[in-house]
Amino acid sequence: MDVSQYLEIFIDETKEHLQNLNTQILNLEQDSENQDTINEIFRAAHSLKGMAGTMGYKRMQTLTHDMENVFSEVRNGNIKVKANMIDILFQCLDALEEYLDTIQSSADEGTNDNEPLIKALNQILNGEDGGEAPKQEESAAPAEKESAPAAAGAGEDGAKWTSIALGESETMVLGQALEQGRKVYGLTVYVEESCILKAARAFLVFKAVEELGEVLVSNPPVQEIEDEKFDFDFSIIVITDSPLDKVINAAQSVSEIHRVVGGVLNLDEVPEKEEETGAAEVTETPAAESAAAADTKPQQEPESAKKPAQTPAPVKESAPAAPAPAAKQEKKPAAGKPVVNRTVRVDIEKLDSLMNLVSELIIAKNSLVAATGSADSGAGDNSFNEEIEYLESITTNLHESVMKVRMVPIESVVQKFPRMIRDLQKKLDKKMELYLSGEETELDRTVVDEIGDPLMHLLRNAADHGLESAEKRLERGKPEVGTIRLDAYQDGNNVIIEVSDDGGGIDIEAVKQKALERGVITEDQAWNMSDKDIVNLLFLPSFSTAKKVTDVSGRGVGLDVVKSKIESLSGEVDVKTKLGEGSTWSIRLPLTLAIIQALMVIVGDEKYAIALGSIETIENITKDDIEYVQAEEVINLRGTVIPLIRLDDMLDVPKEKGDDENLVVVIVRKGEKQAGLVVDELIGQQEIVIKSLGKYINKCKFISGATILGDGEVALILDANAMI
Amino acid sequence: MDALKLGTGSTLDYEEDGYVSPNITQFIVVKFGEEQYGIDIKYVDNIIRMQRITRVPKVAPYIKGVINVRGEVLPVMSVRLKMDLEEDVETKSTRIIILKLEQHGNIGIVVDEVKEVVNLEDSQIENAYNRTKDDKLSFIYGIGKYEGGLISLLNLNAVALEKDMM
Repeated sequence: MDVSQYLEIFIDETKEHLQNLNTQILNLEQDSENQDTINEIFRAAHSLKGMAGTMGYKRMQTLTHDMENVFSEVRNGNIKVKANMIDILFQCLDALEEYLDTIQSSADEGTNDNEPLIKALNQILNGEDGGEAPKQEESAAPAEKESAPAAAGAGEDGAKWTSIALGESETMVLGQALEQGRKVYGLTVYVEESCILKAARAFLVFKAVEELGEVLVSNPPVQEIEDEKFDFDFSIIVITDSPLDKVINAAQSVSEIHRVVGGVLNLDEVPEKEEETGAAEVTETPAAESAAAADTKPQQEPESAKKPAQTPAPVKESAPAAPAPAAKQEKKPAAGKPVVNRTVRVDIEKLDSLMNLVSELIIAKNSLVAATGSADSGAGDNSFNEEIEYLESITTNLHESVMKVRMVPIESVVQKFPRMIRDLQKKLDKKMELYLSGEETELDRTVVDEIGDPLMHLLRNAADHGLESAEKRLERGKPEVGTIRLDAYQDGNNVIIEVSDDGGGIDIEAVKQKALERGVITEDQAWNMSDKDIVNLLFLPSFSTAKKVTDVSGRGVGLDVVKSKIESLSGEVDVKTKLGEGSTWSIRLPLTLAIIQALMVIVGDEKYAIALGSIETIENITKDDIEYVQAEEVINLRGTVIPLIRLDDMLDVPKEKGDDENLVVVIVRKGEKQAGLVVDELIGQQEIVIKSLGKYINKCKFISGATILGDGEVALILDANAMI
Repeated sequence: MDALKLGTGSTLDYEEDGYVSPNITQFIVVKFGEEQYGIDIKYVDNIIRMQRITRVPKVAPYIKGVINVRGEVLPVMSVRLKMDLEEDVETKSTRIIILKLEQHGNIGIVVDEVKEVVNLEDSQIENAYNRTKDDKLSFIYGIGKYEGGLISLLNLNAVALEKDMM
């Protein structure tokens, strides 16, 4: 069976399951008795196994299978959760992630069998069972347990296939098949309610079953199943030579299939099909034994086919109609969780192209605005202006909603950190606790993808350098367990992520000494530098104050990488520290990267854009206001001395006229630093779409990109950060 | 934008039509001064008229700047400056050819004039025999003979390659 088209779904879902497992096993470590957690883990492991199996990843399947065995024993209360076991389980998750990485890059799971892990898992199993139970038996047991209730449940609960109405020709085919000694089974397949791609799952079930025989009838019809016009179950009638168990197992092997109910079809009990759609009346009479199930199904089918929007209502009806013991047990943990949002997975490329279209629309709008601006001769074109304003508000709204589509909560990134801190705790032999807040804060997808590594660096730093050892903490009168916080929140058009610890803080003297040793700064400089300047030295490449290089941090490749990464995302990173009390690293990121508000200026005869976010004020000064400090031009602006940057010199703009008496200065800010950019003229504020200059031109560090103006001309965007 | 749009399909399309046999390559003939140069048509995305080029500061002198082509910002380079010829003089016939290069993405090059499209058979192409390190010659991978004239065939990847960046 060709499964390559499902590879993406598989990768996405496996990631989700792994993340889920990571979180749940962490929970399990805290509260080893929690049945909900154990059930959840078991379910995730089971889904993983099924998915890996369907995709033909045998090694992955074997590993998850053995993990599932362990979970199953835990669930049944035969094994108690121990620290050692949790460690091994985490290692298994790491191994699974490795498989997934390999699959992602090569569509193949690789050749690592992870035998030590499998052995360790089996030891856990055997160790508790006194070594009497060999692996095979163990694995067989849960499998039987699963299929047993399914087989037993046939015809009693939820066996909706019994109510499939058969037409004359179908009855004939069935009759012939039976005469030939083939077997006819009915199956009702229940898809998990959390399943996103029901149709794809159903398709996989059909594929799996069709390998063993042929599907004669399905309810709802195949076409409707493909269109996802069914609730969480569908029924099929199969002609096959294989035993019932095999068919049920085949269907069950598809992941996210909640359960499969099946049984041998008895032709006499099958309700006959009426000519018209009045199936409801017919089924109620003959299907006496399965009245409960038959009741709901025929009613909701025509209804849901006509009005798909109403499907949630029938779900509620049919749920109590299938009172399966297994279902009830598994539903419990799900009930406590928040209702899953209705989501659609969208290829990011499609979103990009949508975003590009919106960008073009904004450019077109800008050119309209420009056109009215120049043709604005009289007051007669009021209606025209109104229309333009209308268009403006539409494009702004459209832009905002497209942007929102691209926003994802940072949760997906920060979720993995509790696990990391747990590992660090063992590795560093320090006690620490991670508190997360603001995981729901949303950022552009591209930013979220990139932010993980810098955050990880900062957290590792906090754990390794920030927090003191337990003895030292007690000595200093702090609680033994160190605190690391990760807080995210939105601040205007920015998102701020803070990593803080209550550790020792940064030893400014030590940093200074180190910088002198390394020759990064001279004695003189060291005297003149403020504490802040010295702390900022940490962001220089190859600067690590860790006394010894540990596995965790201190290779000197940390903070400068963090800084450059954040800056490449147009963000800034800053640190506040107090010796003995801890430090706070804050990352400030713009909400979106694609469209910004900018100030358009003219330098020489060229137009440039400056991002509004970095502009503090605009000042008109006279030539006399300029003073000189160390031969550099500065201005004294309300008590602050601000260096002046002549943009025409900086950008090699051909000079046409001499210096003006009056200068326009745009004051820009980067963190705490300011600078005044001298421009010739201001054009005004405008929404601009950022375009990359392409990889061919990326040598100019003052230019962060380009934008297309209303008249089709290209203007460059100045990177004020790089100039200060 | 009054652009002369050329077939962007690969040469494969032509083959299917039985239009061009595989050993024939199509070249766009352009002129720098009096010399004729050939550009393999499979690298040509578009030919547009000269337009205002936005200068980019602090880049190599042969990069003239960037232009807007259907909403994309593309760099434009001067082949003349790259080949150490005298600087371009903008005339009515000056054009920008948008090349699509795998390595560098889309790039515009300024040419004095676009003359015609020619079909050259392999037998009409002679490999450039001069293998000296001379910069100007390394931009040419072959010489095409067409109707008595000679066409220097540009090695576009070499033309686009960065050198002596500031």
